[in-house]
Amino acid sequence: MLRALFKFNGGVKPQTHKLDSVRESIGQIPLPAELVIPLHQSIGGTPRPLVKAGEKVFKGQMIGAADGNVSAAVHASTSGTVKAVEMRTMAHSSGLGTLCVVIEPDGEEAWIETRPVAWRSLPAGEVRDILRDAGIVGLGGAVFPSHLKVQGSRSTKFKTLIINGAECEPFITCDDMQMRERPAGVLRGAAILRDLLQAEEVLIGIEDNKPEAIASMRAAVANLGDTARDIQIVPIPTRYPAGGAKQLIRVLTGIEVPHGRRSTDYGVQCFNSGTAYAIHEALEFGRPLISRIVTVAGNVEAPRNYEILFGTPMRHAIAPTRAKPDSDRVIMGGPMMGFAMPNPDVPVIKATNCILVGSPALFPPPEPEMPCIRCGECAKACPADLQPFELYWFSRAKQFGKAQEYALFDCIECGCCAYVCPSHIPLVDYYRFAKSEIWDREREKAAADAARERYEFRLAREEREKQEKAAKLAAKAAETRAKLAAEAAATAAEDDPKKALIAAALARAQAQKAEIQPDNIEQLTPAQQAEVAEIEARRAQIREIAHTPPENKP
Amino acid sequence: MISAILVMALGAIVLGAALGYASIRFKVEGDPLVEKIDAVLPQTQCGQCGFPGCKPYATAIAKGEADINQCPPGGEEGIRKLAELLGREVKPLSEEHGVEKPKSAAVIDENLCIGCTLCIQACPVDAIVGAAKQMHTVVERLCTGCELCLPPCPVNCIAMVPIAESVDTWKWRYPVFRMMPKEGKAA
Amino acid sequence: MAHNSPYLLKPASVRSVMLRVAAALLPGIAAYVYFFGAAILVQLALASATALAGEAAILALRRKPVWLFVSDGSALVTAWLIALTFPPVVPWWLTVTATLFAIVVVKQLYGGLGQNPFNPAMAAFALMIVAYPLLMSQWPAAGFADFHTQLGLIFGERALDGITMATPLDALRTALHSEENRATVAAVIAQGASFGTLGGKGWEWIAAGYLLGGLWLLQQRIVTWHMPLAFLAALGLIAGVFHLINGDQFATPLFHVFSGGALLGAFFIVTDPVSGATTPRGKLIFAAGIGLLTWVIRTWGAYPDGIAFAVLLMNIAVPLIDMHTQPPVFGHKKGDGA
Ligand code: SF4
Ligand code: SF4
Ligand code: SF4
Repeated sequence: MLRALFKFNGGVKPQTHKLDSVRESIGQIPLPAELVIPLHQSIGGTPRPLVKAGEKVFKGQMIGAADGNVSAAVHASTSGTVKAVEMRTMAHSSGLGTLCVVIEPDGEEAWIETRPVAWRSLPAGEVRDILRDAGIVGLGGAVFPSHLKVQGSRSTKFKTLIINGAECEPFITCDDMQMRERPAGVLRGAAILRDLLQAEEVLIGIEDNKPEAIASMRAAVANLGDTARDIQIVPIPTRYPAGGAKQLIRVLTGIEVPHGRRSTDYGVQCFNSGTAYAIHEALEFGRPLISRIVTVAGNVEAPRNYEILFGTPMRHAIAPTRAKPDSDRVIMGGPMMGFAMPNPDVPVIKATNCILVGSPALFPPPEPEMPCIRCGECAKACPADLQPFELYWFSRAKQFGKAQEYALFDCIECGCCAYVCPSHIPLVDYYRFAKSEIWDREREKAAADAARERYEFRLAREEREKQEKAAKLAAKAAETRAKLAAEAAATAAEDDPKKALIAAALARAQAQKAEIQPDNIEQLTPAQQAEVAEIEARRAQIREIAHTPPENKP
Repeated sequence: MISAILVMALGAIVLGAALGYASIRFKVEGDPLVEKIDAVLPQTQCGQCGFPGCKPYATAIAKGEADINQCPPGGEEGIRKLAELLGREVKPLSEEHGVEKPKSAAVIDENLCIGCTLCIQACPVDAIVGAAKQMHTVVERLCTGCELCLPPCPVNCIAMVPIAESVDTWKWRYPVFRMMPKEGKAA
Repeated sequence: MAHNSPYLLKPASVRSVMLRVAAALLPGIAAYVYFFGAAILVQLALASATALAGEAAILALRRKPVWLFVSDGSALVTAWLIALTFPPVVPWWLTVTATLFAIVVVKQLYGGLGQNPFNPAMAAFALMIVAYPLLMSQWPAAGFADFHTQLGLIFGERALDGITMATPLDALRTALHSEENRATVAAVIAQGASFGTLGGKGWEWIAAGYLLGGLWLLQQRIVTWHMPLAFLAALGLIAGVFHLINGDQFATPLFHVFSGGALLGAFFIVTDPVSGATTPRGKLIFAAGIGLLTWVIRTWGAYPDGIAFAVLLMNIAVPLIDMHTQPPVFGHKKGDGA
C-alpha cells in the first residue's frame, strides 16, 4: 500500500558518502585498557555516582543513578575494577571535564544478573522507571531520556508511533546497518512502544537511499507476523534533514509540531530505530544500555560500523579503521551537525552515532566570510521555515530579543543555511552563540530573581524581629511602670506594707539568683565538665575576636 | 487671519485637554521605574554601589541621585542595560566603587570554621547554613558573591572562589568574522 | 582556527552568483551590438574599469581585503547595469561619474557589499537623469551603427542632431501629451520611425535577449520566479486595464513589457537581492509595486523610463515590507495558535 507522503520546505542534498561504511558487517572492537564513562550522558540531571574507586563492578551494573525523573541511569559497560571517579575531558565541544567513572576491565565480561521484565503486567509508571534505570535515551543524537516520551498526552488520543530510520546525515550508517542486520530487534522494540503507547499505527520511515535496510525490515515484518501488526515500513525521499524528528513527523503524517510543544499533544511520537532496539533489549532481556552501534568514517582507510562500549576512547575505536596520516580532527556526529572533539581520547558516549575523522582535504576550511547579500538562499533551504539571515543579523548585533522574536529557538541547527550560503557565513555558529548567551542570561536572571526574593525575605524577617523585640520591650516597660505606680500607691496608703513589699522583692531576687545557676553540673563527669569549661573559654575568645575590627586580624 | 488663529488655538486646547486627560487616565500606579531598574541590577546585594542593597540603589537612580555606573557586579553589561532603559549614555564603571570580577561564590574552609554565626548574620540572602558552634557552609547555588561575609569572619576562613565553567554552563563564543583569507595555510 | 559544523559546504560563492548574472546579460548585449553598434561595448568597458578601480580604491581606504571584494563580481554587475540603462552614446565622463557615484556613494559609503539600501545602478541612473536630462535622453536610432561616429560622440565633440532620437516610450508620451490628446497610440506608432512590432525597433530584440538570459537565471535558481513574474504581471495588468478602457490614449501591455528597461529590470534590476525584499510574499509585493510605479511614471511622469524611480521608491519600503511579510515558522502556521 502506498502512503501519501508530505513535504517539508527547504532541505538540501549534500553528497551522502554512505557507501564506504556499509561494505562490511557491524564489527566488534577489542576491550580498551580503560573505559571512561561520564555520568552525565543525557539531557537532564547528572546521575549520582554509586561506586567508589577500588570497587569491583559487573558488566551492566548501575554505576550512576538517575537524578530526578529527567535523567537516565548509567551502567558499567564491562566488568572490572573502578579505578577512579574523577573529572575527565568530556566528548563535548567545550573541552571541559565532567565526573566520570573510570573502569579497568578485567576481560571477563561478567554480566550482572539480568532478567526479562514482565512489562505487560506492570503499570506504565513502573515500566518508565525501568527504562530510566536501564539508561535508555534517544540514540539519534539528542539523548533525551526515552522514558519521558513513553507517555501519552492527556488532551489528545495517541495515534501514530514513528520510528526514525531515516538517517539523513552524510557518512552516518549506524541505523542503516542495524536495520539490515538486526531488523527483528528494532521491530520488537517498535512493537513494545506500540503497545506501551497504544498506538494505532507504527510508521518506520527510512530514506529511500537505503534499499537494503528497507528490504530487510520488510522481510522481518513479514516474519514476525502478529507481533509486527500495524507496523509499516515507509520509504521516504532522501533529503537532508528528513531524519530530523519534526521533519520526519511532517513527512509521514503532515503534522507540524511547533517548537516547545510535545508531539504527543498532536497524537504522534517519534523514536530513533536504535532506541527502539535498546528498549527491546532492556525489556525483553533486562539488559541496560551499555553500548551502541557507531559509524567510524571520514578520513580513514576502512570505514565501518562497530558495536562500541560506552567509555571506549575514540582513538581506540578509530584504530582498526586506520586513520589516514593527514587527519587533523575527530568529529562526533555527522558533517552537518557534528561537533569537533577536544581530543581523540574522549570517550564514546550515548550520543555518539558517528566518529568522523576529518582532514583539511575532506572538510576544507570555509572560504573567507563575506557580508550577507540577502540572497535568501538560506531561507529557501531552512527546514524550519525561518529567515536565517535575519537571525544572523540579530545574533551578530547581539540583539537577542529580536532574534527570539524571529524564532531563534525554532532553529534546529541543521546547518542547511550555512551549507548553501554563497557568502560562506558560519550562520549556525551565530545561532549557537546567541542561544547559549540567551540561556546564560536566563540563568542569571533566575539567580538574580531568587536573590532578590531571599533578600527581601530577610529584610522582612529582620524587620519583624525588630518589631517583636520593640514590642517586648514596650510591654516590659509598661509592666514596670504599672508596678511602680501600684507600689507608689501602696506607699502612699501605708508605710509598713511597703517595707514588706521590698522584703518580698529581695526574697524573690534571691530565689532567682539561685535558679540561674547552671543545672545538673554536679551530675556530670569530670571530662564533661572540662568540655563545658572549654566551650565557655572558646566562646569568650570568639567574642573577643569578633569585636576586633577586621583590619587588625592576622 | 483671526479665524486662523482661533482655529489653531482651538486645536491646541483640544489637544492639550486630550493629553491632560490621557495622563490622568493612564497614570501608572506605584513607581515602575524603580522596579524596572531593580530588575536590571544583579541583586548581588553587596553594597559596593554605596547603597545598602540593589533596591535602594535603584531608587537613587530613579530619583537622579546616583549615576548608572556604580554597580561593579553588574559590570559593563549592566551599565549598558541601564543606559538603554534610561536612554542615557553608556559610561565606564566608576573605579571608586570597584572593579568587575569573575562571578565567584564564597567557600568556607570547614576545618577552620569555629561556628560563630557571624557570617550568617552578614549574608544578605541567607545563603549560609549552620548553627552556633556547628561548622557552617555556603550553599553555592544561593551565594551571590557579595563578599559581605568575608570581613566578619573571626578566623578568616571564607574565600571567594570563581565559579568554574561547566559543560552545562559553557557558552559558544562569538564567531570570528573571517574576512581575510587565511595566511600561512600552505604549509 | 576552529570552524564548526556544518563541515560540508555547497560550492557556492557570491562570485559565482555574480558572474552568472553577468553571463545572463550576454544575449541582450549581443542584440544591442547588432542593432545599435559597438558603442555599448565601449561603455561597458568604461563602466567596468571605473567600478573595479573605484571599488578597489575605497576598499583600500576602508582597510578591507581588496582582492576578495573586488573579485566578487558585484561591482561588475552594477557597472554593466549602468552601461545598459544609459544611452549608449553618452559622453564618457557621464558613465564614469555615474559609476563612481554608484560604487562609492551608494554602495561603499553605506557599508559595502550587502549593506546598501538602494540599488546602486538605479540610484546612479536617477541622479544622472536629474542632473543631465538632455544627455540622458539622446538615444541613437536603430541601425545607426557607425562605430567611428559613436566613438566621437562618446569621447569628442557632440554633434547629435539627426543621429539620436527619443526612445519609443519618450516619443509616445511626448506625442500624446503635446498634441493635446488628439494623437492616438496607434497613430503615433504608425508614424514613428523608432517603433517595431512589439516595442521599439531593435529594442524589442534586446529585450528578448534579456528575457532569454533571465530564464536561464531562473533555471540556475539564482533568481526566484516571484520578482520577475510579479513585476511583469503588475506592469502588464495595469497597462492592460487602461488600454482596454482607452486604447487610444494608453499603449498595449506588450508594448510596455518590451519597451525601455522592462525586461532588463524584471530579471536583473528588480531582483537585486541586497536592496530588495526577501520574504516570498514581500518579493511579490515589492516587485508588483515597482511594476505599477513604473507604468505610472512612464505614463504621466516627465522621464523616459520609470523603472529607476520605481525601484528606488520601493527600496525605501523594503524594511516595512519584510517586517510585515515574515513567513510562518514551521509548526506555527494558521490556526495553530502560539
Ligand atoms: S544565504 Fe548567506 S548571503 Fe544569502 S541571505 Fe542567507 S546569509 Fe545572506
Ligand atoms: S540551522 Fe536553523 S536557521 Fe539554519 S537552516 Fe537549519 S533550522 Fe534553519
Ligand atoms: S553594587 Fe551590589 S548592592 Fe549595589 S546594585 Fe550592584 S549588586 Fe546591588
